[in-house]
Amino acid sequence: MIRFDGVTKQFPDGTTAVDDLSLTAPTGKITVLVGPSGCGKTTSLRMVNRMIEPTRGGISLDGQDTGRMDAAELRRGIGYVIQHAGLFPHRTVLDNIGTVPRLLGWDKKKVKDRSRELLEVVGLDPKLGNRYPTQLSGGQQQRVGVARALAADPPVMLMDEPFSAVDPIVRDQLQDEFLRLQDELGKTIVFVTHDIDEAIKLGDQVAVLRVGGTLAQVAEPQYLLAHPADDFVADFVGKDRGYRALQFEHAPRLTLHSEPSVVVGETPSSRASWLLVVDDDRTPLGWVEPARVGDRPVASEDLHRGGTVARASGSLRGALDAALSSPARRGVLVDNDGVLVGTVRAHEVLTAIEETERPERDEDDPVHGGAMDVSGERG
Amino acid sequence: MIPSILEWFRDPMTWSGPGGVPTRLLEHLWYTVVTVVIAAAIAVPLGLWVGHTGRARWLVSVANSLRAVPTLGLLFAVSLVVGPYIPGDLAFTAPSIAVLVLLAIPPILAGTYAGIDAVDPSARDAAKGVGMRGRQVLWQVELPNALPLLLSGVKSAMLQVVATATIAAYLGLGGLGRYLIDGLAVSDIGEAAGGALLVGLLAIVLEGVLSLLQRRVVSPGLTGRTARGSQDGDDAPQAEAPADAPVDVRG
Ligand SMILES: Nc1ncnc2c1ncn2[C@@H]1O[C@H](COP(=O)(O)OP(=O)(O)O)[C@@H](O)[C@H]1O
Ligand SMILES: [Mg+2]
Repeated sequence: MIRFDGVTKQFPDGTTAVDDLSLTAPTGKITVLVGPSGCGKTTSLRMVNRMIEPTRGGISLDGQDTGRMDAAELRRGIGYVIQHAGLFPHRTVLDNIGTVPRLLGWDKKKVKDRSRELLEVVGLDPKLGNRYPTQLSGGQQQRVGVARALAADPPVMLMDEPFSAVDPIVRDQLQDEFLRLQDELGKTIVFVTHDIDEAIKLGDQVAVLRVGGTLAQVAEPQYLLAHPADDFVADFVGKDRGYRALQFEHAPRLTLHSEPSVVVGETPSSRASWLLVVDDDRTPLGWVEPARVGDRPVASEDLHRGGTVARASGSLRGALDAALSSPARRGVLVDNDGVLVGTVRAHEVLTAIEETERPERDEDDPVHGGAMDVSGERG
Repeated sequence: MIPSILEWFRDPMTWSGPGGVPTRLLEHLWYTVVTVVIAAAIAVPLGLWVGHTGRARWLVSVANSLRAVPTLGLLFAVSLVVGPYIPGDLAFTAPSIAVLVLLAIPPILAGTYAGIDAVDPSARDAAKGVGMRGRQVLWQVELPNALPLLLSGVKSAMLQVVATATIAAYLGLGGLGRYLIDGLAVSDIGEAAGGALLVGLLAIVLEGVLSLLQRRVVSPGLTGRTARGSQDGDDAPQAEAPADAPVDVRG
């Protein structure tokens, strides 16, 4: 558990980067610090491993005041993923990963083995191990940065915009892998981002900061979307927050319809206006219009690929998007192995949405109340 | 002129005895190496310290302004003033070496400092962030990253010393400079030009040796001189492709 206790940081030039921040990052959970550029996220994060010393207040780690610990030793016990990776250009990927174990005095063989193991953990090809950072793509560098932070298996991780330097597709993939990894490892993580979508996707708890370094609200993502504490948070969370909140609502209660389908390479027998095409494993590939295909086998070029596919065990957001994006107006749902289970129509998803309960507003939430006070004081 | 140089090179006398080319060459090489080693022993630690701590940066400027001091004048001044107090042969060699060292320090100091100063701040920050102490940051991150510029400084110091050691022959330092002095004294153009040619050759060889050393000690990660395992170094699309491309699952 990491505890910020009335932490303020004022730089020598007079800038107040963080103002009276009190916050607890629970053990084994991901706490996301989110806010616009310059709101003090990085400063807050770097005060945990004492890369920056607080002006006032203190930070404790499992009840121990970090201010009393040896800074270098403290840092070796905390995984730190630096913005833009911050790899050592003169070291190979494996040597970068093995940095902290080597500082801790592990023997060479153990360091090498551990570094190789981590290469795999973060999903990198083992043959990249002997490359240098300049020979890697941005996404690969970020993975090496994560591997380096994980190397000595620290219980606490600090991550500063680790996925911001990569394109959206790679970012999405890195986020998914990160969540999967965290499921296994259960680290206490403080994660910094300026991207509210990322915050909501990754956070067990999300702390919204405003410029000037004050805490605007801290809550679970669902709660944040349902009950923004003030205009600033509401604005920051965004206009489509109602839609995005659906990602936390699970879809299983939906009644599915069975969907006629044709295996790719076979001739459609149905006269329907849209027919679903699957492969030999019954994984959906796309839709075809039998009228256009005629009497020949369905080829890959015939497929309309506009529709998204959602997992039946996933969220209402995914199911709704599948229905809305489908040319047949029927959203395709699959099981966890990607096998077709059925389809659902948008109005059925909407009915399910209307029947779900939204998170109750908690009037006693101390941080919530605190945030209101702060915004009152400062106008 | 060329025939007289060839004649000088063909003369067996040129190659034998205490005044022969092998002896002179070794003398010259010896003075150069000793000078550069002493200069590096002073300038490298100093440059590392200034670069690492950011303190006393004026030292680098002062050293650089030393380059403007006329070497020959300093050489004579030092040997005239200090020489009488030093016994024997050392009376000539010690002041000469001291002046050459003084000449070699600025480029090495400047190179070392510039090397440390040019280390990517994010690498230095990462070094502290993973828990390195000051010395570990210096040895494990700053020094290896500073090596290209540091060694360039050593290289230019080395070349300067090879050239200037020629002048030191005036003071009895020996070396290849003797051919220039003796040759000019008796108007033997062949000997003078031949000596100059040898100095040039020595410089080229030393430069080559240092370049080889540079290739050995500088990390390939810094020079871009890396052996690529495959062609996809900058962007590896196959590694980045979504694992489950056909299924776009949300939530
Ligand atoms: N070393 C510093 N000296 C002075 N001001 C700084 C320093 N570091 C950050 N700041 C200022 O503190 C504020 C917060 O910075 P930072 O924590 O980096 O924000 P964020 O990571 O949220 O973008 C900004 O206004 C920034 O300009
Ligand atoms: Mg930042």
